[in-house]
This record gives sequence, structure tokens and C-alpha cells, in this order.
Amino acid sequence: MTHDFEPQVHAILDSSDIARALTRLAHEIVERTQGATNLTLMGIPTRGTSLATRLGQKISEIQGSPVSVGAIDITMYRDDLRSRPARALLPTTIPPEGIEGRLVILVDDVLFSGRTIRAALDALSEHGRPELVQLAVLVDRGHRELPIRADYVGKNLPTSRAEKVQVNLIEHDGIDEVRIVRES
Amino acid sequence: MKHLLSAADLSYEDAILVLDTAKQLAAATEQGVGKLPPLRGRTVVNLFYEDSTRTRISFEAAAKRLSADVINFSAKGSSVSKGESLKDTALTLEAMGADAVVIRHNSSGAPHRLANAGWISGGVVNAGDGTHEHPTQALLDAFTLRNHLRNGEGDLRGVNVTIVGDILHSRVARSNVLLLNTLGAKVRLVAPPTLLPYGVEDWECEVSYDLDASLEGSDAVMMLRVQRERMNAAYFPNAHEYSSRYGLNLTRMNRLSESAIIMHPGPMNRGMEISADVADSQRSVIVEQVANGVSVRMAVLYLILGGSESM
Amino acid sequence: MTSYVIKDVAILDGKPTDIVVKDGVIAEIGSGLAADQIVDGSGCVALPGLVDLHTHLREPGREDAETVLSGSRAAAMGGFTAVHAMANTNPVADTAGVVEQVWRLGQEAGLVDVRPVGAVTMGLEGTALAELGAMADSAAAVRVFSDDGKCVHDAALMRRALEYVKAFDGVVAQHAQEPRLTEGAQMNEGVISGKLGLAGWPAVAEEAIIARDVLLAHHVGSRLHVCHLSTAGSVEIIRWAKSRGINVTAEVTPHHLYFTDDVVESYDPIFKVNPPLRTKEDVAAVRAGLADGTINIVATDHAPHPSEDKDCEWTAAAFGMTGLESALSVVYETMVQTGLMNWAAVADRMSVAPAQIGRVTTQGQPIEVGSPANLVVFDPRANQLVDARKTVSASRNTPYAGRTLPGKVVATFYRGKPTVLNGELNA
Repeated sequence: MTHDFEPQVHAILDSSDIARALTRLAHEIVERTQGATNLTLMGIPTRGTSLATRLGQKISEIQGSPVSVGAIDITMYRDDLRSRPARALLPTTIPPEGIEGRLVILVDDVLFSGRTIRAALDALSEHGRPELVQLAVLVDRGHRELPIRADYVGKNLPTSRAEKVQVNLIEHDGIDEVRIVRES
Repeated sequence: MKHLLSAADLSYEDAILVLDTAKQLAAATEQGVGKLPPLRGRTVVNLFYEDSTRTRISFEAAAKRLSADVINFSAKGSSVSKGESLKDTALTLEAMGADAVVIRHNSSGAPHRLANAGWISGGVVNAGDGTHEHPTQALLDAFTLRNHLRNGEGDLRGVNVTIVGDILHSRVARSNVLLLNTLGAKVRLVAPPTLLPYGVEDWECEVSYDLDASLEGSDAVMMLRVQRERMNAAYFPNAHEYSSRYGLNLTRMNRLSESAIIMHPGPMNRGMEISADVADSQRSVIVEQVANGVSVRMAVLYLILGGSESM
Repeated sequence: MTSYVIKDVAILDGKPTDIVVKDGVIAEIGSGLAADQIVDGSGCVALPGLVDLHTHLREPGREDAETVLSGSRAAAMGGFTAVHAMANTNPVADTAGVVEQVWRLGQEAGLVDVRPVGAVTMGLEGTALAELGAMADSAAAVRVFSDDGKCVHDAALMRRALEYVKAFDGVVAQHAQEPRLTEGAQMNEGVISGKLGLAGWPAVAEEAIIARDVLLAHHVGSRLHVCHLSTAGSVEIIRWAKSRGINVTAEVTPHHLYFTDDVVESYDPIFKVNPPLRTKEDVAAVRAGLADGTINIVATDHAPHPSEDKDCEWTAAAFGMTGLESALSVVYETMVQTGLMNWAAVADRMSVAPAQIGRVTTQGQPIEVGSPANLVVFDPRANQLVDARKTVSASRNTPYAGRTLPGKVVATFYRGKPTVLNGELNA
């Protein structure tokens, strides 16, 4: 017996929406950090790192000076390690300037329960003590389970728990789009 | 994976996963990260029936860097040396809540018994059993080879590895032949006929009695420890004849290609299978192998204990 | 004494008939017979009581593993009515005193004929002859001499032993194992031992001794018996020797008919035995050798061990497997079900020929009127799941644990009394 469960998919953001959102985020960051020279963007793998790279490029175009970009893998800091067999580790790259005393902006694709960000804060603390840590996300879909909030949000997307937000990026998936998948 | 008893337990994907994980962990160490959290609350027991400070410390460091609690049980001066059976020791460890047991034993197959006899429920990592296998050694050797010859990525396709020495009694050789083949490397074994196991023609490798002819085309030469005392059981006439026919000296080393590396699992018998100049030369990665051992063992412990109890 | 009639049982490969057992002998064979008690033999096969030429009863010295009594019970359960108890006890059975003790314990148990085997050398040390004549003349009437467990490796000593036992129609049963080629050996030397890192026990270590011994036996005009033969090469040597008229007999164990050395890959010491399990070519050769009579008999080499000697890592474990209770089923599966032998051949290899070699006149007799009533009734249709916890032997080291074996001993008669009835011990 087969079920015709076609998950309902609809695209919320297309590639130009994403580009516009990132440009707006870049401008917001430059404005609110008041042109700080100790800025470091740390993307959370996998898609957070591509977003951090793109953001870093846009910011450096706006500022006229290069921006430090890195990646921070949170796999080992998750609070749900024992729920599945050990997961493959992803790369952590600390830029040459480090993070000590820097203004670190964590970058991720979707903010949901907030647990990933908590883990990222723990992972970050192993590498030094930033002066300030902020958070930039492409999509905030609500349903926080911890007291975590984003400083810069590309798009607020109210969702139900049954839905899944899928972010596709050219670097990984061949296309830029954000979709909501609803299992029926 | 629940246990690591033999290099044959690792599929191609498993082996690549271990090496990639070790790479990330090595990077973390280099970045100065002290401890990583994934094994917090887990207990790892080092059950070492054979004297081996170096390997035990390597596993201990690996477990501690992942925040595991470590208990060391070594043969000397414990109930083990008073004749307590492996079974009773295992039952004690189970009662103590061991999540994983790293075992080194002089009896081939002891880790298999520990894993399968129903005495313990945790994972078992073979740290060397008799003349059977030493899978984490093969993993750290592969990791070292990959770093030098493949830029730290992917597998070992097209790499020619020559292993020289007492193959018959070597658990390092057995594990390496298995793992190197899994990763696509080509293996050549070199030894006098007396030090090759019965049936070695069936192994996935070339076999030669001639070291000089075998160095040609080798990307890596792995020298195995040969005990002088073997001459008393007539495996070779004397140490001098052994080292002149099968020892890696400077002359032989200089015939290798520019990029070829020299490896040894340690401890070395300088002057026997390897001359001091060769051991200390630029091409020797022997010290690096030891460092890589910790990252690789961290990777193994993480994959066994860092998630849910395994499939 | 109660009389029994076994109804509708096939005598070897014959048609179903009735057998009356009365006053210790087979009283009548025919149809429609009656007696005090009925034993239902329908669908079953009757064989002469099995005779084991090679058993370890462990008493005196290792009663934690087995005693003459528990071993006798295990033997009866397996359909045996006579067993030869090997001499590697503690103290060694190298004097009349010890063999008489074992013989007396067998009599007291009263379940099978226990025929003590005498050691060839004092203390099994291989240097000086044991009191062979005294043991032969004792109440135990020893005729089979063996240092089993160890090889009589000194050629000069083996020669003397072969010569000496001629005086009392004795036979030397050699455990063929050249010690220098098998130092520290753990399993068959082959591709698998190389892979598992376990020291090998090469076939040549068995074959070289057998080759030497058949030539010695020929030279001094003695009969020789070869214990637990396990390799294809050994079968060839025996075949050659017999073709030259050399008076040699050979035995094979049930486990060497059944297992190959790949089971050792589990490192489970239940499979550790001496001589070791061999390759499939060897198993094929010994089966063919048993079928064509090159190998004269099946002998169990029943070797009980307490659990701590098997519940450990391989190299620390003792060598040996039990075998009395499973022997007939294993021979049935490996030789009869495969079409290599019929029941008459089974009776020859497991009763008639061993009795002859051991010179046991009351055993291995044909099932006919007047013969001593030593019988086993076997149901080939039943299957048994072997449960190590339920062995009759005092020890649990059966390699068949968890496996299903075909057939079951339904009744065993020893001198006219049932030691096993309805598939259960009656003692």
C-alpha cells in the first residue's frame, strides 16, 4: 500500500530575495558596528560558512577593507549527542587574527530552537574571549527553546513545528532558495 | 561502529570517516583547544596486559582530551598479575561502568572474546592482540601517509607501500595490509622466508625476499621491529646477516625517490632493522606517527562513544 | 532380571523385527515376540553397543571435570557400552595400581565396560617404559597402551614399546605430534592461522610421526594404532602402509568429520582441540578414509574440561572437546546422511572394529541370538538441539552447543540391563 504523501513545498525566498537580504544584512552590520575594524564573521557549518563568506564579501565592498571570516563547527558541543550515532565533524577555521577581543558575529542559515547557537557559543569560548558576540541569520523561524535571539535577521518566517525550513545555496545545492516543506 | 577489533571491520567509508575525523581533531589540537566535550560522562578503561607505556599514554591522552574519565588497569601489580582471569576482570570493569575498554593483550583474539563472550556491554578497542592485529596503528599509519602523499585528503589510491621485517609475528603488518588495501594502496611485503606467515600468498599484497629490488617505486617504506632473539629459534643466522640483507641503511634510503617517507611503528631496534642515520633523517616521519596516534585514537573513541550506543 | 523386547526395530540396514533381551544375552529375534517390558523400536535402528577406544575420564586427579561415574553416564547416553579410559590422569596410569583403581571404579559405576589404557612411558615423560607387563597382567587386563596427550617422540623408545607389547598381544596407540614442529601451536597451520595470528600446528607434524611409526611397526613386526588421525596426508600414509601389509589401525574423531578450521575465526576456545580442526580438504579425506576402511574406527577423544579452562582467551584455554553424547548423531550426519556409509559400516567402525583392536571379546558382537546384550537403539528421525547446560557429562565443553544434530539414542542395553530407556538415563 503506497501513500501518496507529497510533502507540500513552497518557495518563500528566491535567489534575488536572498541576495537582497544579504545586502541589507551587510548594511545593517556596518551601520550598527559603526565601522569596527575588529570584526570577525564566524559561520556555522555547513551553510552558515557560505553565508559568512558572502556576507564578508559584501561588508568589505561597503567598507572598502577586508573582513576576517572563519568557521566554527559545533558538532561536539551539541546537547543531543546521545540521540544518534556519532556525527561526522566539520571544519573549524579560526582566521589569523583570532577571536580574542574581537567583535564576533556568528552566521547561520536558520535560527530555530537556539540550541545550535548555544553550542556555537561554547565552541567559540574554547578559542578565546571575544569582546562582543552577535548573531546574524538568514531566516528566523521562531520556536525558541533557549533565551537566544538574533541581532540581524534576513527574514522572519513564522512556521509551525510540523514544517521544515530548507535553505538551499548555490555552493552546496546548486540553487539559492528558501523553501518551507510541510509533511502532510 | 560498536567495536574496533580488526582493520577488516572498517569499510572504505568507515576508514575515510576515521581519517577525516582525526584531521578535524588534529586541527583542534593545533588551534590550542584543550579539551573537547563529546565524551563527558563516559568512562574509558585501558586494560593493558602487555607492558606498553607509549600506546597506553596515547589512548589515555586521547580519551582525556575528549573529556572522558579514564581508568588504567595494567598487568603489573594488579589482580591481573595475580592470575585473575580475563573474564573476572571484565566482569569487574562492567560493574565499574566502563563504556569502552581499550585492551592490549598478548593472546591473539582476546579482544574478540571480550567483545563477544557477553561479559561486558561496552565497546572494545583492540590496542594490539598477540600477533593478530593493531588497527589503530594502521589508522595512524594511513593518516600519516595521507598527510604526506595525498595532501591530507581522500584515500591512498596509487600509493605504493613497502613493509619490511618480521611479518610473521607482526600485528602491525596484518592490520596495515588490510587497511591499506581498503584505502586503495598497493602493498609489498619484504622478509626472509622464515619470517613470512604460511599462506601469505593469499594475502592482498606482493611478497619479496629481496629488499633492494623492492625499494624501487616505493612511496613509503615501513620498517618493522625485528627482535635479535629470534635468531635463537633459527629464523635467521645472526643479527649481522639480518641487518645486512634486510636492514634499512643510508645507502638503501638514498635510492628511494625524493618524496618517499620512512615509517616505523616503534619501538625501534636501531642498528637492526633500521640504522640510526635513517631513523633520524629528514625522510623519517617516525616521531610524527606518534603524534598522529593521539588524533587517530581520539577519532576512534569519538566515533565509538560520541553518539548513541552504536548500531 | 527383567526381560525386554525391542519391537519393530531395524537391525542395522535390515527390515524391522523384534529383539528379546533376557538374562544378559540376546534371547530371540523374530516377529510378534513378547517379554516383561516393551521398548518401542519403530522407525529406529539397532546397533551393537558402541565401543570407544579413546576417552578421557579424568579420574583420578581431575574429578572437577569428570569422574568414572559421570563419564560412564555420558557414554551410556551416547549409546556406548564400553570405553577405553586414557592414561593421562593424575597420577598417571603407569602402574598396575592405578589401572586397577580405574577398572574398579568402572565396575562400581556398572554402566559400561571401563577398560583402562596404560601409559607407554612413566609419567608420560617419554623417557622410560611404564610397567606395561604388570598392567597387562593386572585385573584391568590392559591391552591398549598410550601416552595420549603427548607423543612418544623418541624413535628408539617407540621401537622398544612396539616390540615389548607383542608379549601380551598389546597395541601401542600413538598420539602423533612431533613436539619440535608444534611448540606453542594453537590451531591448524594454514591460511587461517596466518590471518588470525595464532601459532600453527602443521599437518606434517602428524604425518611425519605416522610415517616413521608404520615403518617401525613393520620392521619389528608389531601392530600399531594411530589415535585421532586428522589430515589428508595421514590417510594416504595409512593407506600406503596397509597396502604393504603393515599391521596398522587408525581412528578419527567425530569432530574431525564435522568441523573445519574456519570456525576458529570466532576465537571461541570451544573449538580448540588437539589435533586441531583442519581444512575442508582434510575433512573430505578423512570421511572418505573412514568410508573405505582405511580409517578403521571412530573414537571420540572425549576430553572434558571445567568451564574456567574454556571461558577465556584462546591461548589460555585447554585443548579438547567432549564427544560421547553426540558421537552417533555426528557420525550419522556426516557419514550416513551423506551416503558415504550404511548402518552396517557404522556398526563396524563404532563397535566391531574398536572391540577387536582393544581385544574386548564381550563387545562388538553381531546382533544375533546368544550374543551378549550390548545394544543401542537409535532413532534417526528425531532431532536434538544441543544445550551445553544439559550435558550428562560433568563438563559443558561441547562444540555442538546451539546446533541441531540429527537422531537420538532411545535406549542403550549393557549386559542386558537398560542404561538408557526412552531417551533418558536409567541409572
